[in-house]
Amino acid sequence: MNTHPQRVAFEAREMAQTLITIRDAQKTYHSERGDIAALRDINLDVAAGEFVSILGPSGCGKSTLLKCIGGLHPLTGGAIEIAGKPVLEPPEDTGFVFQRDVLLDWRTVVDNVLLPAEFQRLPRAKWEPRALELLVTLGLEGFGSRYPWELSGGMRQRVAICRSLLLAPGLLLMDEPFGALDAITRDELNMELERIWDRSKKTVLFVTHSISEAIFLSDRVVVMDKNPGRIAAIVEIDLPRPRSLAIRETPEFVRYGKELRSIFENLGIMKRSAG
Amino acid sequence: MRKSFSASNAGRTANVVAVLLAIAVIWEILVRLFNVPSFLLPRPTAVVASLYDDPAYYLRHAWATLSETLLGYCSAIVVGVLLSIAVLYSRIIEQTVYTFLVTLSSIPKVALAPLFIIWLGTGTLPIIGIVFFIALFPVVMNSVQGLKSVEPDMIDLARSMRSSGGQMLWKIRIPNALPSMFTGFKVGISMAFIGAVVGEFVTSVKGLGYVIISAQSNFDTAQMFAAVVMLAVVGTALFFTIDFLERTIIPWHVSHRGATAGAH
Repeated sequence: MNTHPQRVAFEAREMAQTLITIRDAQKTYHSERGDIAALRDINLDVAAGEFVSILGPSGCGKSTLLKCIGGLHPLTGGAIEIAGKPVLEPPEDTGFVFQRDVLLDWRTVVDNVLLPAEFQRLPRAKWEPRALELLVTLGLEGFGSRYPWELSGGMRQRVAICRSLLLAPGLLLMDEPFGALDAITRDELNMELERIWDRSKKTVLFVTHSISEAIFLSDRVVVMDKNPGRIAAIVEIDLPRPRSLAIRETPEFVRYGKELRSIFENLGIMKRSAG
Repeated sequence: MRKSFSASNAGRTANVVAVLLAIAVIWEILVRLFNVPSFLLPRPTAVVASLYDDPAYYLRHAWATLSETLLGYCSAIVVGVLLSIAVLYSRIIEQTVYTFLVTLSSIPKVALAPLFIIWLGTGTLPIIGIVFFIALFPVVMNSVQGLKSVEPDMIDLARSMRSSGGQMLWKIRIPNALPSMFTGFKVGISMAFIGAVVGEFVTSVKGLGYVIISAQSNFDTAQMFAAVVMLAVVGTALFFTIDFLERTIIPWHVSHRGATAGAH
C-alpha cells in the first residue's frame, strides 16, 4: 500500500466498486546489458466509473503499465485483475486507443469503426447505426464513406475513439491518444472526451505526459517516476463536472498544477523554477 | 481529381506516340539518305510491311509467348504468395526454403535456363518452368516483406479486439501486405516476360523469341524488328494489366500514392 496524504480519499472511494486491482506488478525486460525494470511494485485500485490519468515523463513505464492492464504485455511478477478476473489476455469489454490512430488504410471510416464488431463476429446490420451515431457524436457526420487518408490528424484520432467506443466497453484504456495532435485540436478532443465520459461514466485509464490534460480530465492522477518505473504519488482532483476549458484558469486548477509540478521537482524530473 | 489524372494520362499516351512516330520518321529518312543495307538496319516501313504481310504469323507466335508467360507467372503468384504465408508462420520454412531463395536470388536466373531443358525436356514446359522460376523471386521477397512489415501498434490493436489468428491474417496482414505484393507482381511480370523470350531463344519452335532466332538465321532483320515490336506491345499490355489490377484491388493505396507523389 502507498502511504500518502491521499489515504483518506482512498478509503472513501473503497465504497465504490473496485474494477481494476493491481498488486505488486513487476515488468522486467531482459537485454544484453542486463535487466531493465520497466515497472516495479505497482499497486493501484481503480473504481468502476473512475477517470484515472497516469502521468509521467517518457520512459517511466506508463505505456507499459497500460499495455499490461490491457493484456497486451505479460507481467513478470504480481497480478492485475479486472472485475475479479486475472488479466492473462486482452480482456472483454475493453476499448483501447493508441497514441497513433492505427486506422486501416484499406477501410472506409465506418468500416474502421465497425472493426471490433467484425472481430467479434457480430452482425454488421445491427452495429452500423451505432457506428454512424458515434461518428455524429464526434463531429464526423457524413465522413463515414471516406478513407482515412482523406482526413486530418485530429479527425483520424476521433475515428479511432469511435472505434474504441463501438461495443460500449465498460473500460477504456487510452495511451497518450492526443500526444501527436496540435494544441488546439487537443483542447477540443479533451473537451469531447470529458463530455463523453460525463455522460457514460465509463472507467477510463488515460496515459499522458501533459499535467494540464491530466488535471482537466481526471478524478485521480497517478504520478509515475522512472528508473525503475513506479508510482510516486497519487493526487485526487476535486473539481466540479462537467468541466469546460475555462476551468484551467481557476485558482483550484492552478493549485493542482503547482502540486503536480512540485512532485516532479522533488523527484528531480523537473528543474525547480525560480520563485 | 481523378478526372485530371486520367486526362493527363491520355496526354502522356499522346506524347509517347508522337515521340515514337518522330523517331520512326527520322530513322526512315536517315536509312534512305545514307542507303543503309536492309540486313543491317531495315527501314521502319519495311518492318511495318513485314508485320502487314503475315499478321497471323506474328499473332500466333505472340500468343505462344503470352500464354507461356501467363501460365508461368500465375503459378509463380499462387505458389509465391502461399509460400510467403508459410514463411510467416513457420520458422523452419523461413530458415530453410526462404533462406535458400534469398541466397539464390543473387544469381542471374536466366543462367539456369538450359537446366530446365534438361529437366523438363523440349516444348513449352521448360519455358513455363523458367518463367515460373524467374518470377517467383520478386513475388516471394515482396510478399514476405509486406506480410512482416505490420506496425506493432496494429498487431496490438487487433489483439486488444481479441482477434483470432485467421482474422489477423485476412483482415490485417494480407491487406497491409497488398501494396508490397503488387510491387513484387509488377517486377515479376517484367521478369516473367524476359524469361519466356530467353526460354524461346534456348529451346522452342514457337513464340516471338523463336521468330527472332529464326529470322536472324535468314538475315531477315525486318522480321526481327517486327518481332521486337510485337514484344513491346505484349510487354506493355502485360504491365498495364497488372497496373490496372492494382488500381482496382487496392485503390486506397494507389490514390494515396497519387496524392503524395502526384507528378509522374
